[in-house]
Amino acid sequence: MSNSGASIEVKNLRKSWGAVEVLSDVNFGIEPGGFLTLLGPSGCGKSTLLRLICGLDEVSGGQILINGADVAGKPAAERNLGMVFQNYALFPHMTIEENISYGLRIRKVPKAEKKKSVDRVAELMALGNLLDRKPGQLSGGQQQRVALARVLVSGRPLVLMDEPLSNLDAKLRVEIRSEIRSLNKKLGITIVYVTHDQSEALSMSDRVVLMNAGVVAQVGTPKELYEHPANTFSATFIGTPPTNILDSLEVAFPADLKIAGGLKLSECLFGIRPESLAFPAEDLDFKVRARVQSIEYEGKVFLIHMRTDAGTAIVVSYSGGSVPDEGEEITVGWNRDATHVFSRSDGKATTLVY
Amino acid sequence: MNKRLPLGLGFVLLVMPCSLLVAFTHYPAVRALINSLWNNASSRRPSKFVGIENYEALIADEKLMQVLTNSGLYALGTIPLAIFLSISMALLVNSKLPATGLMRLSFFMPTMLPLVAVANIWLFFYAPGIGLASQIMNFFGLPTINFLGSTETSLASMMVVAVWKEAGLFMIFYLAALQAVPENLKDAARLEGAGPVRVFIDVVFPLLRPTTIFVAVNALINAFRLVDHIIVMTKGGPDNSSALLLYYIYEVTFRQRDFAYGATLTVLMVAILGVLAAFQFWVLDRKTHYQ
Ligand SMILES: Nc1ncnc2c1ncn2[C@@H]1O[C@H](COP(=O)(O)OP(=O)(O)OP(=O)(O)O)[C@@H](O)[C@H]1O
Ligand SMILES: [Mg+2]
Repeated sequence: MSNSGASIEVKNLRKSWGAVEVLSDVNFGIEPGGFLTLLGPSGCGKSTLLRLICGLDEVSGGQILINGADVAGKPAAERNLGMVFQNYALFPHMTIEENISYGLRIRKVPKAEKKKSVDRVAELMALGNLLDRKPGQLSGGQQQRVALARVLVSGRPLVLMDEPLSNLDAKLRVEIRSEIRSLNKKLGITIVYVTHDQSEALSMSDRVVLMNAGVVAQVGTPKELYEHPANTFSATFIGTPPTNILDSLEVAFPADLKIAGGLKLSECLFGIRPESLAFPAEDLDFKVRARVQSIEYEGKVFLIHMRTDAGTAIVVSYSGGSVPDEGEEITVGWNRDATHVFSRSDGKATTLVY
Repeated sequence: MNKRLPLGLGFVLLVMPCSLLVAFTHYPAVRALINSLWNNASSRRPSKFVGIENYEALIADEKLMQVLTNSGLYALGTIPLAIFLSISMALLVNSKLPATGLMRLSFFMPTMLPLVAVANIWLFFYAPGIGLASQIMNFFGLPTINFLGSTETSLASMMVVAVWKEAGLFMIFYLAALQAVPENLKDAARLEGAGPVRVFIDVVFPLLRPTTIFVAVNALINAFRLVDHIIVMTKGGPDNSSALLLYYIYEVTFRQRDFAYGATLTVLMVAILGVLAAFQFWVLDRKTHYQ
């Protein structure tokens, strides 16, 4: 096991299957030892991107640099990286020990050394007493740990993971999530992690690449993505419940409001997180009237689903005392500093001028 | 759905399949066993109980020993060959090569033909001097071989026909199994540095094991069950070099009309097949970890 990770950088990467372009102009990078997450809805090209990085598929254009060297054209085995597959891809006919040591066997590592490496990761992943079993005799969580052990045993500086937690129950998911995160810190390996679960991405990553239909929507730290969404897609994909997007024409806003970059106020959309909305709205800067449709009790808060006269849906996350009735019309509001502004034509974020 | 069947109707429904089973499976088997303990009737003398006399003849029968050796060789030859050929064809057809649809059809074609028709095609193929085999050998300047007419080659020639006939069917089973091998297992092996051959040996072939067992058992049964081509092509000759057990039974019973000895041979064959079937279940039981 090495103690240093590899850096990875992807430049202008493209991939097409025949006439269909599934990835266009993808750019991002992560420093050694970092944790990068590829996040996006199903079918946006996350797995494709991962397969390009590890060399199982060929790129249609652009570069992949690992430790600064372009790996295009190098076979998968020579890229010095490991991959945890969706559904683990453990060999069902081999014992756990054979599964873990398979790569070492291929590379003809001497027996004694092989045994030492296997024992070390088995201890690290708490698999010691399972080594003689077959994968079918393990629980999902144990299989997951075997899949991790199989990558770790070779000491690769870069590890790719494709939705590794998607078949686990909620509790186990949180457990293994922190296990992966601590491996990343402890061993210093670089991890590129794929998920469609935004809360997973926010909680684990140093850096998130948010993708939508084959293009990168935004790259940044989890905090940047949450607090400064670069476009309406990013605003609505990150956070639960999603950001409310309201047309400026439906909203009462302060008369002195200006937008940077010369965009007219009438060409704007406002984005507000449900937890930033409040009522009564008398002393708030922005106001909108809407009718209560339904109310969900979430424990800590109420989710109040509302609809404006124009038909726009609004969700308010409300923790106050008196809950409005269904069908009641109320005015909700928010403050200037909770407002995200987007251009209506292309969805890109701009800023308010004070 | 939960309504109970009236007892009478249930009885009638049971009698139908049971009587068929008894009439065509159990009764003949028991009858053969009984017949094997009696000698043949003639016009002057009725059949008489002889105990194990027929079985003593069995042990002394030198021709039977040759027939059993032939059958063993035939099974040992055809099974691995059929497995190897059908896996190769399945891999070929499952690859990204062009015209795999056409290949699939042509590989499967022999399976659809009746064995007697296949035998006739191969009769021409093997014909000394004019057959395709001879012409190919002449082309390379090799001497003509009388494939069916010499004791060294007749059994091997029969094996080739059988493999050609059954490999197409087995290919279909392997094809289905190949397509069920998860792609990401192969990817995982590839990522660890395994080349195509290693991927096949380490990952694909072990996952095909249930199919291999199934195919092996079927090839084994076919080796004892199918003798149409021998009847058509060599009649067991020359000098019994291509006679198999079932063919010998046929010859003894219907040519020589020695029903008692035929019944005895039949009992032997049923016993052999019974042992093989038991072996099959034993092997199948041992590979249960595959789910
Ligand atoms: N071999 C292929 N041939 C043609 N199109 C493909 C191929 N593989 C993937 N695609 C297409 O590329 C797009 C991206 O697929 P990909 O598997 O990368 O999605 P994903 O983001 O991983 O989705 P998910 O979260 O559901 O796993 C999809 O629209 C898919 O149909
Ligand atoms: Mg995927």
